[in-house]
Amino acid sequence: MTTATDSAPVLTVEGIRKSFGNKEILGGVDLSIRRGEIKVLIGPSGAGKSTLLQSINFLVMPDAGRICLEGRPVDPSDRKGLCLYRQQVGMIFQEFNLFDHLTALGNVEIGLVRVKKMKRSQARERAMAELERVGLGVHAHKYPAELSGGQKQRVSIARALALDPKVMLLDEPTSALDPELIGEVHAVIRDLGAAGMTMIMATHQIGFARALADEIIFMENGVVIEQGPPDKILDDADCERTREFCTKITELGGR
Amino acid sequence: MTGELGFIVNDLMPALMRGLWMSIRLIVPSAVLGFFLGVLAGSCRVYGVRALRWPADLYVALFRGFPLLVQLYIWYFGLPRIGIYLSPYVASVVGFSLCSGAYHSEYIRGALLSIKKGQLQAAQAVGMTRLQTILYVILPQAVRRALPGCGNEIIYLIKYSSLAYMVTCIELTGEGKIIASATFKYTEVFAVVGVIYLALVSVASWALGKIEDRLTIPGFEYHRA
Amino acid sequence: MSTPFSVLQQSLPYLLQGVWVTLVVVLGSLSLGLLVGLPLAVGQVYGPRPLKRIIGLYVWFFRGIPLLVLLFLFYFGLFPFLHLDFSAFTVAIIVLGSISSAYQSQILRGAILSIPEGQMKAARAIGMSDAQAIVHIILPQALRLAIPGWSNEYSVLLKDSAVTYALGVAELMARAHHVASRTYQHLVLYLCAGFIFMILTFLGTRALNALHRKVKLKGYS
Repeated sequence: MTTATDSAPVLTVEGIRKSFGNKEILGGVDLSIRRGEIKVLIGPSGAGKSTLLQSINFLVMPDAGRICLEGRPVDPSDRKGLCLYRQQVGMIFQEFNLFDHLTALGNVEIGLVRVKKMKRSQARERAMAELERVGLGVHAHKYPAELSGGQKQRVSIARALALDPKVMLLDEPTSALDPELIGEVHAVIRDLGAAGMTMIMATHQIGFARALADEIIFMENGVVIEQGPPDKILDDADCERTREFCTKITELGGR
Repeated sequence: MTGELGFIVNDLMPALMRGLWMSIRLIVPSAVLGFFLGVLAGSCRVYGVRALRWPADLYVALFRGFPLLVQLYIWYFGLPRIGIYLSPYVASVVGFSLCSGAYHSEYIRGALLSIKKGQLQAAQAVGMTRLQTILYVILPQAVRRALPGCGNEIIYLIKYSSLAYMVTCIELTGEGKIIASATFKYTEVFAVVGVIYLALVSVASWALGKIEDRLTIPGFEYHRA
Repeated sequence: MSTPFSVLQQSLPYLLQGVWVTLVVVLGSLSLGLLVGLPLAVGQVYGPRPLKRIIGLYVWFFRGIPLLVLLFLFYFGLFPFLHLDFSAFTVAIIVLGSISSAYQSQILRGAILSIPEGQMKAARAIGMSDAQAIVHIILPQALRLAIPGWSNEYSVLLKDSAVTYALGVAELMARAHHVASRTYQHLVLYLCAGFIFMILTFLGTRALNALHRKVKLKGYS
């Protein structure tokens, strides 16, 4: 895994800015990630983590900045190119956002059938395999309303994986879950990491972040305050604000 | 003045204004009567004893179930068979009011049902009488909840008032039809008639919107379609 | 003179033929209304501002003018003026359908707007174009939500269809009136027509409710 991280960055983000009305949410964020690397965004609510992740996928249109996938800049005004780019960047939402009118299998399948134009039988096979991978093969024919929060989030991970993403963006994947359901989703994400998936994840689960991350990025007020290896950021940060935040959150969440 | 414009100004408009006045004389009393019938029927259906409830339910089912045109024909052409003669105007107002009342009662009923039990208990707890409870607690809340629906019903009434023409009460549509048939200028005449209805409906919805805005309080916001 | 009962007995087959005409007019205009109303709704939610304006104007026009006036305007005025020789029956469906499209567009617009924003985001996130997202994700959900609204629209159209009698469409109301003026049994015939309309409302609403249950998603509210 570590050998791969030495290659050129998969995704680079340069000077991303975003304001809603007069309020600046992102004040120029730079970030780059290599193949197989896992970066975790931490920071208080309203720091801009979620906006940053959604901007990377152009679900929120950034006001300024540049995003490159494997060295090629993405032009969001090119609709076709944007769709192609989004297929290669998996997105996991806080609120899962499963398609409510489709079964678990249908949710995973639809991207393959409609976006990748795969044959239905082939798509079904692949979708089933992804559901098995997240441990939900037996629930394939259930509708979202019949699944628990943890199961929904695992389906949404399978949905993203089915498109063979080069990077996954995870926006607080467990923060809408009951505590007893967090473990199953963490297990799936950990397996992904072990399999070499490149990931950027926002989370408040500090213990999980420490175990998983190659690097932790601390954000506040729309800018990156400090970044570095987990032990450095969480236990021995250079910046006063980072230390303050990490102390508070480790007291709450434990290691 | 001659030509199209002359026709519209000299011949058409005076007749249509006469028709518009008749339409307004149909709409206003029907709206008022219909609303009170609706409040009456709606209250009976929610708070009434059984002997009041089922006649009210039946009234609403029948008058919402029958097409308005059928109802008007019953009042105007049907009743004379049992010796009751109504003028076109009276038959129309009776027909509009009764039909409109049935629809109003649905909104009133919904509004009354939406008032939480706790409100009544609280009113009793501060020592209000039944009448005081109705006047000071139930009505102010129910009217706000029912207003959008009842407002829409009045808009419908404006449009359906054109059916009075079918029972020979000559209002806006009727005056238009008479002139159009005599001059064969159907397109011009009914375009103008249509514009007048559009104006009526738009002014009425604007006014209803103003009333709603005036009455809006936090927790009772709503939007009429 | 014949008794009310014998008149009813004799005229019932004739009236029931009118039921078919009524139903064809209603189902025809309901379908036309959906066909036109659906793109209007999509345009009004996702379209550019000028398009929204135009659709808004269309809706305002067809919701603001009485049915009877529109029937007269189109049947005696506009269509002959454009040298379109449509039958009363056709005009009835066109006019009722256009009015219904205005109302249905608002039902569907409401349904589309009630779909959570996350659905669109998730569709975009897996690389769907906006058009794909609307067709495969938003509309399947919105159409389900719109069924109760349709049920209401059906009963409104059913009752409004009686007005097409003014153009001479041989539907239920026209036939009831026709028999009444020959036999002088107005009261009985109008009551009979009224009850048939009620039954049709009831049956249609039941059918749409059954449809609603059938396409309803498990656990989806």
